Parts: sequence; C-alpha cells; structure tokens
Amino acid sequence: MALLQIAEPGQSEAPHQHKLAVGIDLGTTNSLVASVKSGEAVTLPDISGKHLLPSVVRYLPCGNIQIGEEARGFASEDPFNTIVSVKRLMGRGEEDVKSLGDEAPYHFESSDSGMPFIKTAGGNKSPVEVSAEILKNLTYRAEDSLGGELVGAVITVPAYFDDAQRQATKDAAKLADLKVLRLLNEPTAAAVAYGLDQGKEGVIAVYDLGGGTFDISILRLNKGVFEVLSTGGDSALGGDDLDMALAQWFAEQIDKSEINSSESRYLLEKARFVKEQLSDREHACVVLEMDSGCHEFDITREQFDELVSPLIKKTIRAGKRALKDAAVEAEDVLEVVMVGGSTRVPLVRQQVQEFFGREPHIDIDPDKVVAVGAAIQADVLAGNKPDSDMLLLDVIPLSLGLETMGGLAEKIIHRNTSIPVARAQEFTTYQDGQTAMAIHVVQGERELVQDCRSLARFVLRGIPPMAAGAAKIRVTFQVDADGLLGVAAKELTSGVESSIQVKPSYGLEDAEIAEMLKASYMNASEDKTARALREQQVEAERLILSLQDALAADGDLLLSEEEKQQLSAEIDVLIELSKGSDTLAIEKGVTVLAKASDEFAARRMDNSIQKALQGHSVDELGDAG
Amino acid sequence: MDISKNYFEFIGLPVSYHLDRSELSDRSRELQKTLHPDRYAHLSDHEQRVAVQYMAYLNEAVATLKSPLLRAQYLLQLQDIDTTSESSTAIDPMFLMQQMELRERLEEIPSASDPFDELEELNGEVVAVLEKLRASFVQSYESGDLSSATSDVRKMQFLEKLLLEIERLEDKLED
Repeated sequence: MALLQIAEPGQSEAPHQHKLAVGIDLGTTNSLVASVKSGEAVTLPDISGKHLLPSVVRYLPCGNIQIGEEARGFASEDPFNTIVSVKRLMGRGEEDVKSLGDEAPYHFESSDSGMPFIKTAGGNKSPVEVSAEILKNLTYRAEDSLGGELVGAVITVPAYFDDAQRQATKDAAKLADLKVLRLLNEPTAAAVAYGLDQGKEGVIAVYDLGGGTFDISILRLNKGVFEVLSTGGDSALGGDDLDMALAQWFAEQIDKSEINSSESRYLLEKARFVKEQLSDREHACVVLEMDSGCHEFDITREQFDELVSPLIKKTIRAGKRALKDAAVEAEDVLEVVMVGGSTRVPLVRQQVQEFFGREPHIDIDPDKVVAVGAAIQADVLAGNKPDSDMLLLDVIPLSLGLETMGGLAEKIIHRNTSIPVARAQEFTTYQDGQTAMAIHVVQGERELVQDCRSLARFVLRGIPPMAAGAAKIRVTFQVDADGLLGVAAKELTSGVESSIQVKPSYGLEDAEIAEMLKASYMNASEDKTARALREQQVEAERLILSLQDALAADGDLLLSEEEKQQLSAEIDVLIELSKGSDTLAIEKGVTVLAKASDEFAARRMDNSIQKALQGHSVDELGDAG
Repeated sequence: MDISKNYFEFIGLPVSYHLDRSELSDRSRELQKTLHPDRYAHLSDHEQRVAVQYMAYLNEAVATLKSPLLRAQYLLQLQDIDTTSESSTAIDPMFLMQQMELRERLEEIPSASDPFDELEELNGEVVAVLEKLRASFVQSYESGDLSSATSDVRKMQFLEKLLLEIERLEDKLED
C-alpha cells in the first residue's frame, strides 16, 4: 500500500531501525509496561525482577517521592501522603471525589479549574501529577530495559472512561514527557493480545476482575472495528474482597471479635497466600501466629469456594446486565477473555465458563494481558510493521452535545459514531442585541443536562449586535482517534470570526501543565532550557525525516520541479536551524515548514485515495438520472 | 486541505440513491486503511492532523450514505436544495392527516391491553409508508422532478421521527 512506504522515515539511512515503543497498563491497583522484543510482546521487569508496579505514590515532606512497592508499605501508616488508586480520581470534579468517600480518604483542596488537588506533605498534587509519577517510573524502566529513548506509548483506559478522564490520562503522559501514540480501551487491548482482531467477526466478552475493581465489557468485532456495546461492573469489588472474606473467616475461627489494624493486615496477608495456593492445589495449610497462640488450618478449595461464592455470583449478575444492555444473549458470545489476577481463582473461571457456555481465554498471564495488547498496537503505531494490516477503529462511548434553552441536551455526535469525526451545527441568538453566547458541552445519553456529565463551558464573545435569531453561530465538535473532544464556535453572518478551543472541566489548563512541567524539571535538577531545546529538535527531526521520505516517494510525481526545489530549500533551512540552540527559532521553523508542506501533504493524501480506489474504474462514477 | 469531492466521488461510488451496501463498506474499509491517523501516529503532528481531517470526512461520508434518509437529503443538497432546515413549504394536507392519526395511535398504545403487539403493528405500517415514499423519491429524483423529490424527503423526515418515537416507547414499556 502506497502510504506505508512513506510511513518509514529514515529508511535510506537505517533500513531496519526498530523504534522503541511501549504499551502501558495504567491500572487502579497495579501498572505495567510492555514492549515488542524480537517479535514478541513481553512485559518489562524492574531491576529486582518485578513486573507489576503498585500504582501507589507517596509524597515526603523533604520533597522526595516514593513509588510502587516502597510507597505501598506506608499506605496504612501514612495514609494522607500515600496516594493509592489515583485512577479513581482522574478527570473527576470535587463533587465526584467527595462521593467516593472512604475510597479516597485524602484531604482535598479546590482549584480554579474545578479540579481537586490532594494536600500532601510534599505540597498540593493533582491526580494528573500523581499518575504522571507512575508513568515516569515506567518510562525510565522501559528506557533502561530497552536501551534507548521511547518514541511513544499506547496507554490503556477503561472503555467507560469519558472525555474528561481520557484527557486527564493524556495530560499525565504530557507531564511525564511521554508521547501518546494512542489511548486504547482496556478490553480491546486484551482482545488484541489474543489476536482476536484477526479472528472471526462477532461478540466478545472481556471479564476483568482486578485487585479492587471489576469490569465486564461486551465488544463486537465488525469489519475491523471493535465496538464497545456495553460495559458494567462494580468499582468496589475485586480480589481484595476475596482475601477479606477469608480473613474474616479466620478471625471467626480463632474467636477474635476485635482485631487491631496490624492483626488485620497480617490476616489479609495470610488469606492472600492461601488464595494463591488454592489456585492450583486442592487444599492449603497455614499457621496463624496470634497473641493467643498458634492456630493451624488446613483449608480445602471447597471451603474457600463457599466463602467467596457470593462475591463471584455478584460478578456474574453484572455480566447478565451487561449482556442485556448490549442486547445480546450469552450464546451469541463467540469469545471470552479473562483479565486481572483474580481470574486465576478456579471458581471464577468455572462460573464464567458456565455462564457464557464456552471456555474462556486464559493462556496469557491475566495480570499482563492488557499491557501486552497495548504493546502490540504500540509496535504497529511506531511504524515498525509497515506491512501490518492491523487497524483498530473505535467509536465514542457516550453522546456529545450542547445545553440548549430549558436545560435540554442537544446531541451533536451520537454514541457509537466512528471516530475521528467532525460535526457542526448552527445555533442562533435568543435576544435582540445579544453579543455573547454561553456554550455548555455535555456528555451522556439523557435528555436533561443535569443528568449528563458536564465537560466544558465557555463563552463566545464579540457577536455583532443584531436582532434575535439573526446571528448564525456554528459550533464544531471534533473528536480525534483517542476519543478526545475539541469544540470550536464561530459567528458566520458578519464574517467576524471568534472561535475558541476548549478543554474539559476538571482538566488542567495548558498553563498549569507548563507550570508543573517547570516544577518537575527543577525537581529532577534537569536543565529546563536544554529539555525544551531537545523537544523542539525532536519535533523538527520528525518533520524533516517524514518530509524527506515523502519527497523521495512522491516528490517527482506530485510536485513541479520548482515546487520540489522550494520545499527542499525550506527543509534545509530547518535542518540548519535545528543544529543551533535557539529553541524559539526552531519552533518557528517547524511551523513555517509545516505550513509550506501543507499542499504537498494534501496532494499525497488525495493520491493515496486514488490508489486505494484503484481497480474500480472511473466509469463507475456515473451521474444520477 | 481541499476536500472538494462529494461523498460519492470520495468513496468511489456513482452518485445515485441506489447503493450497494457491501460495496460501500468494502471501499470505506480500503480508505480507512490508508487514511486512519493511526497510520501516521509516528509521523509529525502536522501529518496526523491532515489524516484526522480526511478520516473525519470519510466517517461522515459513510454515515451519510448508509442512511436512506441522509442519502436522499444529501443527493438534494448536491442540487443545492436544503431539506434539513425549517421550511415554510406547504405539505399535502392528506399526508398531515395521516400523520396525526398515526401519532394518536402511538399515544394510546401505553394503555392498550397488549401494547407490544400494537406497537409492532404500528411500526409495520409506518415502515410500509416509508418504503413507498422512498420508491417515489427515487422515481422523482431520477426523472429530474426535484420538487416532488424534495416533498418526498420532507415526508420521510416525519416518518423517520415517528419510528424513533416508537422505538423510544418500546424501551420505556420494557423498563
């Protein structure tokens, strides 16, 4: 395919240069990073050989930060400075955060953007910053392990994540100085890990029982598109609850009605040990050393199953609901994929198999399967597999719209619309002489604005005064391939243009991100200007390489000799500029060259459309009537 | 960027109401493979932006051509006839009477003894009227009688709306 040849920059100099790209599973309890190494997607361990990074960040008064295992040890001792499960806070407003209650026991402080900051000994931290720490840690790990700089990452998000939550995840990556190749739905990633995108078209169920959350997603694979039909689950049910059930049973058996927190932790630890033992054995022995003496237990799998069975039944009920929402029957499901460490529990597998009437996929480690799928896509997106046909098309999970008179939500882009998509709708003024219009962007399926999620508000000013209904305001919604929304508004009649791009409420302003980036450079004692310079050089390099490649491939065909020379000259200018150390000049040079190559890019795109349609003769393009 | 081609030309199909759906999906899939921004994920932001615009145009084209109503509206739009905004054109009173009757029946369904049966019957009738209108549209459009074609499209809009309301009522009754 024509375009794939251009999609291999620097080919002449380094024909088989493998680009380093990773897949990141940014989980509620644990996070992982994976990459394709010698053709196989594998998760990358840290120095001590551990693959799972607990998603825990602890802020110390001295300004130091602990991440992962080290931080998790302090979760109960230093709860307000040790942030666990930050994923639950991403893209959420103050009200949402309050409603989480015990799940987010932190001290919050409001900010201008409506995003709550967590008060810690190390200062006020936004959930985005906390997530960025986890991403940075994984990036360092990957760069160490792969031996070079990453070109980018595919980061997974739950299928039900709305625009604000996706934007927050992308902001975290920006803060961690990591280029996002794509945000990918977690269940889709799991299906990709099993190669189901290459398989038969049909309905796929992804059952994801993690440490603290349960998600069930019903997907349909149709002509290469993974469509999320429905999602369900329980954000407060996971493997930890199985441990809890067993720990409580222990406490009853040894007749301990009151247990202190350290005893409770001890019992939970032992319970987890027994649970893991019972995954591949029929019974497990455990000795509990308590103040009251030693207690020995021999627990059979049957006993354990009886204890956790009510919890697992709950997940099956959620599965039933998800199927009903998707309007499919259990027997319509072609494939079942298991995700999350807790799906190792034999009773879970058995119940899931019974419910769907088919054997679930369990061959890939359920803790790693999402990261593995993300790595496979990252490898393709980085351009390492120019011949790959893989293309994951996506739809928006929830409708996007505007508030109109009377608090009604007017949908502009309906759910399940293929993305990327751009759609415009015209609105008008309500009063004579009205010069401004408040625009409120919402997401959701309900009719009333109050029942939808508020994404952004902005005001379009500078409308020339005229009679009510005379002004024509075109509001354009554009959703990119990651499902992220940009909204622009423009007044048409007068020719006066006012337009604005918005970011979701509860998101960080660009200025805030810049400020945090600045702060993080200082913390990392890295030279800020050197970093900024390097960034611009990388962007310049990317543009130069892709243009040189495009010129080599299509220059003769699509440009006149004069145009070709002019473009080459412009490229040389940027090459010279990027050798220097003037960051601003390089930035400007990139903009100039990008603009200069606009026409060429459009011609190449048109040309590839022609090629894609080749074999269909032009005669077919008849006129009507 | 210059996307000057109409949706039919862009996808490589003849400008016509008759449309082979499998051909539409085959060709759009070929184009997706070429145009999707993921193909440019490792290239410069600039190229990705261009790809997003083309891909958005393709998605819009597919969504428009897939739906019989949107396709008919688009065919008229290509002839500079706008059927999507409010119009003062009079609609045949007989048709309006029929609409009112159908709507009255819809309103009475929740109190019927077997609402689902009634709903299905009504749905069937509406679809039949719609099919007739579509056939009439094709005839008018192909013979160049654009004013009849326009009036057919306006009537189709009424019926499509009614179908949506039937669907909504069904959801409500199920809950």
